[in-house]
Amino acid sequence: MSSLSDNRERHYPTVWDKPPFISNSLLRWGIILGAIIYLVAAIASMEINPQRLMEGIPRGQRFIASFFPPNFADNRGVVWDGILESIWMAIISTVAGIALSVPIGLGAARNLAPFWVYITCRSIIAGSRTFPEIILAIFAVKLFGFGPFAGFIALSLGTIGFFAKLLAEDIENSSESQAEAVKATGANWFQWINYAIQPQVMPRMIGLSVYRLDINFRESAVVGIVGGGGIGATLNTAFSRYEFDTAAAILLIIILIVMVLEYASSYLRKWVQ
Amino acid sequence: MLKLSALTKRYDTGDLALNQVDLEIPDAQVLALIGPSGAGKSTLIRCVNRLVEPTSGSATLNDINLTKLSSRGLRKSRRKMGMIFQEYALVERLTVMENVLSGRLGYVGFWRSYFRKFPKDDIKEAFRLLDRVGLLEMADKRADELSGGQRQRVGICRALIQNPDLLLVDEPTASLDPKTSRQIMRLINELCSERGLTAIINIHDVLLAQMFAQRIVGLANGEVVYDGKPEGLTPEVLTQIYGEEDWTATIEKVDEEDEEE
Ligand SMILES: Nc1ncnc2c1ncn2[C@@H]1O[C@H](COP(=O)(O)OP(=O)(O)OP(=O)(O)O)[C@@H](O)[C@H]1O
Ligand SMILES: [Mg+2]
Repeated sequence: MSSLSDNRERHYPTVWDKPPFISNSLLRWGIILGAIIYLVAAIASMEINPQRLMEGIPRGQRFIASFFPPNFADNRGVVWDGILESIWMAIISTVAGIALSVPIGLGAARNLAPFWVYITCRSIIAGSRTFPEIILAIFAVKLFGFGPFAGFIALSLGTIGFFAKLLAEDIENSSESQAEAVKATGANWFQWINYAIQPQVMPRMIGLSVYRLDINFRESAVVGIVGGGGIGATLNTAFSRYEFDTAAAILLIIILIVMVLEYASSYLRKWVQ
Repeated sequence: MLKLSALTKRYDTGDLALNQVDLEIPDAQVLALIGPSGAGKSTLIRCVNRLVEPTSGSATLNDINLTKLSSRGLRKSRRKMGMIFQEYALVERLTVMENVLSGRLGYVGFWRSYFRKFPKDDIKEAFRLLDRVGLLEMADKRADELSGGQRQRVGICRALIQNPDLLLVDEPTASLDPKTSRQIMRLINELCSERGLTAIINIHDVLLAQMFAQRIVGLANGEVVYDGKPEGLTPEVLTQIYGEEDWTATIEKVDEEDEEE
């Protein structure tokens, strides 16, 4: 009781501020000032040429106008083949990429793998993530020649960096007590993965698979431009022949397919939860 | 019989969690392990099934030295040790039935368990156990749809379907209300006497420990400071285990008859 009455007599501050993120005020203001100087310098060094900007506008208008009306009729066969090739490429590379990602992802989870396996798998992931799909595609085209096989290789490798990393992270965040409980029953390693880890990571992985399929389809348009086959190659041809109306038709089809995939993946994700 | 000899655990962080613990638990004895937070209770039972590797000393179950086992031998021995957890530790996205059957994983091959094709006897036993704890209807529910008390009962089934010789129970009631706590403790107790199981139960509730255990071991700073009958827990003993406090209300004799299911 006495401590309560003591409290009433003491004077407590009525102002309180959240402690700053960087407690050293010299360092804090130094960083803020540095950032402002950098921003000003960066904007100043950018050469914005108003004349070229003005010239660009009508050219852009003409360019866009040549897209209309999109031409679905001519080149129909070629476009259709390109699309089928892209869809095929996206599906196969997603499946192959995920099949390779599962063991690599398991190995890259710190709570599952011994240190040297962990380091090896993490290096593979880092390697795959260092190069964007287009660079991988350039390599693959050099190695395997033009065509969808090169695109398939590039997209599969790209999938590993994405999927194995997210799988490993999901495993590392999974509940340790659930894993321990299954281990304590005397289960072997594979049973343990199947009963304790897989149920925890599966729903997210299904969602990510469809998302990756979506990415791989879009990327198939990009890798095609450097010789990886698919709709990208068709699109590239249309541009270089100045058939902008056909290019517009191809772009519209790509948008449509991506939208369908987007819808399908959100539906599937809801369903697995 | 479970026998711990000079069992010691020092964590990598330097904490000496268990210091030369000697303990002998005869078959079919239910032992309550009490002690303040950080005393080393969880460490002790985890050193037995080696979810935590002891630093030195040994744990021997029915003449098998658990601390010396290879990983294959350890898996085989773990089948004989059922574990029950404070936060139930059910695999939440699996069904109740899968959780119970996971207690048989040590006995069936990988593909059988992968396709959930367990032997008929296992399935029958799973249903029998679920019926025994009053959850027969819940078999196909997902584990995360159950209440805490129901989850703990599933946890008990998972441990028992292993057909264990020893139950390792880590604070089974810490997340439950007082009434459910008693029901769970009574259930564990009944099942132990039905099957003649040895059990180590970590518990914070001294009253519950006195009500349900035949023997109490008090642990403080990784050392056994009390080992004896529940009636022997005098205020002096509790002070020795937990430190200075007014203990008269804690050890008030409880009348077990006046509360019903
Ligand atoms: N994984 C760990 N790494 C490092 N130190 C640990 C670890 N687990 C426990 N300890 C330490 O070991 C000591 C005993 O912990 P333990 O969990 O066995 O206590 P406990 O008696 O079960 O406590 P509680 O009643 O709170 O569950 C504590 O000092 C704790 O800090
Ligand atoms: Mg504990």
